Amino acid sequence: MALSAGVDVGSTQTKAVIINEGLEIVGRSLIDTGANVVQAAEKAYLNALNNSGRREEEVTYVIGTGYGRYKVTFGDAQVTEISCHGRGAVHMFPDTRTVLDMGGQDTKAIAVSETGEIVDFCMNDKCAAGTGRFLGAASMALDIPLDELGVTALKSEKPVKISTTCTVFAESEVLSWLGKGKKIEDILLGVHKSISSRSISLLRRVGLNQQITFTGGVAKNIGMVEVLNENIGKELNVSNESHFMGALGAALFAMDHIKTSRIPAGGQA
Amino acid sequence: MSEINNKEMVGRGTREGAVLFRDWFQDLTEKAEKGETAAYVFVMGSIAEILRVFDLPMVFPEIHSLQTAVRHVADDYLNVAEDYGYSPDICGYVKADFAMQMQNGKHPMGQIPKPGIAVLTNACNTYLKWGEIWERIYDIPMVSIDVPATREAGTRTWPGDDQFEREKQYVKTQLKELIELCEKMTGKKFDIDRLREILGYVNTMSAGWKRVMELNQSRPSLFNALTDGTVYLGMSNVFRGTPEGAEFFTRLVEEMEYMSANGIGTLTDEKYRLSFIGVPCYPIFRRFNEMFTEWGGAFVMSTYLWFASGGTNLGVQYDLDNPMDSLAEGVLISVRDAMDSMFHPELTVLDKTNNYNIDGVVYHPIKSCRTTSAGMADNRRALMENSNLPSLFIESDMMDSRVVGEAQMKNRIDAFFEGLASRKAKEAIGA
Repeated sequence: MALSAGVDVGSTQTKAVIINEGLEIVGRSLIDTGANVVQAAEKAYLNALNNSGRREEEVTYVIGTGYGRYKVTFGDAQVTEISCHGRGAVHMFPDTRTVLDMGGQDTKAIAVSETGEIVDFCMNDKCAAGTGRFLGAASMALDIPLDELGVTALKSEKPVKISTTCTVFAESEVLSWLGKGKKIEDILLGVHKSISSRSISLLRRVGLNQQITFTGGVAKNIGMVEVLNENIGKELNVSNESHFMGALGAALFAMDHIKTSRIPAGGQA
Repeated sequence: MSEINNKEMVGRGTREGAVLFRDWFQDLTEKAEKGETAAYVFVMGSIAEILRVFDLPMVFPEIHSLQTAVRHVADDYLNVAEDYGYSPDICGYVKADFAMQMQNGKHPMGQIPKPGIAVLTNACNTYLKWGEIWERIYDIPMVSIDVPATREAGTRTWPGDDQFEREKQYVKTQLKELIELCEKMTGKKFDIDRLREILGYVNTMSAGWKRVMELNQSRPSLFNALTDGTVYLGMSNVFRGTPEGAEFFTRLVEEMEYMSANGIGTLTDEKYRLSFIGVPCYPIFRRFNEMFTEWGGAFVMSTYLWFASGGTNLGVQYDLDNPMDSLAEGVLISVRDAMDSMFHPELTVLDKTNNYNIDGVVYHPIKSCRTTSAGMADNRRALMENSNLPSLFIESDMMDSRVVGEAQMKNRIDAFFEGLASRKAKEAIGA
């Protein structure tokens, strides 16, 4: 039984997933990307391997994805994270027709077919407004850990309106609301709503009518999930593996390759 | 098919175009050094036919500006203009030209003469404001030719229709006013036979331009509409109405027919035939194209070659027995077509999809040109509703490298091709 691996080198974190021929995840790892992208890819992969308890020789195909996909030097091929998130989301939620992937520096809305192929996609351009980085700026300004932002935001009863869409200016706007005596939870819910609004405008461009799956690191933020659910008017699919969806998609493409390469020319496997 | 013939013939147009372009710049530089002025004109309706009668040298500010981007010095010019208070959000061509004016015509290929007259049409929203800058700096006449166009394809009128004939007379009157002004400026009498001669050259060029684009229906494609096409486009504009221009297009048609007959394509291993909508990304002109050719994507047509040639792609033929009426008619039909190519590209793309075997469409809105970019998202939606064509939407700029993110662009381009590859694979197995 062969294994395949997907390594998703993102701007903030690097994720690796190992799957078996039954398409089950047998190992995973997540580390901060840091300055050395090549080393981050290797480390994430080896950690995932270690997590799986399997041997490196059993992994017969590796695909790199994410912005650093060409830095996965031990990889056999590269696929964009746009295709990988689409594939991973449809694998987890087969009725998915739209994927919202919110990562560290970009947010993508992806329309997919029933087999996970990309039909259309749309993403933020040249600025990190409406991405995880926006939450990072708020976290720094308010001195609250990233993983507590969502829970804190949901305590709000009177969210403020965050008017800037610029991640750099967000910090000063947050501080200005603090100066006006607003509660931290009200400011944070305002930040979440601002990001949600920009994401929905991306989703509208590729189609909001189908089942939507929320992927990427920010999908771990319960506050963001609830705000999006409320603003879109339907419940988004969110998997426990949302953070690993790109790496999972890459591993699935890698497994496709393993299985296809077994088919002799002109015949069945 | 001999090797020697191939070497001589293939790529001849690009080589000859480069030489003629350098000569043109050399000539402009000499004029600038002597303190002579030129007529400043635009690609969408240069009215070169009349200006050449008076032997007025022509400067194309759009072309001079884009060359600063191709030569990777545009930012220097943009910064100068922004130091004078021009916003980062306005047309990069205007700003680069303004910076040139403030630096005595300094250009990476030489020196640009100052304007003695400016001639423009209403095809671009910015032309008028741009012309006003020169008018104020140099106190020169600015002639604005108002070409009636609805900017709404499908509601055009044609020769013989009452409205068309009235509009033609309206354009003709304006052209006559331009002639009177040129007579006063140069002290030369208008020579109708010289106009006939110039119109004859334009006829050859227009017919050639149209034929060259038709020939790119060949598989594999004969030229890259984004890179080679831009060289041909430059020739179509700069040498309009000249014997050199007529000779160039005659020889270019010969080259393309030779390539087509011998099954010779561009260097691209052509897997996907693409249509380009918009203005090229000049700050990374070659690299932009490479990101497509690396996947086997070849641009076989481009709306840029239509609108930025002022509608010359239609191949309008002037009636040399009736030059003034025919010129007015040609200007009206061609310039309004240029506008339609900007505002309704999907109509022509859809019309030509089958003949050119298009696999996908690339929309390239640019930050500093609202005229060509506004409405592209809607246009893409219309294309998707009316066809099964996959499309890519990537934003950058024609001049400003500060908003050209190559890594982000490549990510989108790669994802687009992954989708195209998957679609082709499914088609191959009949899924």
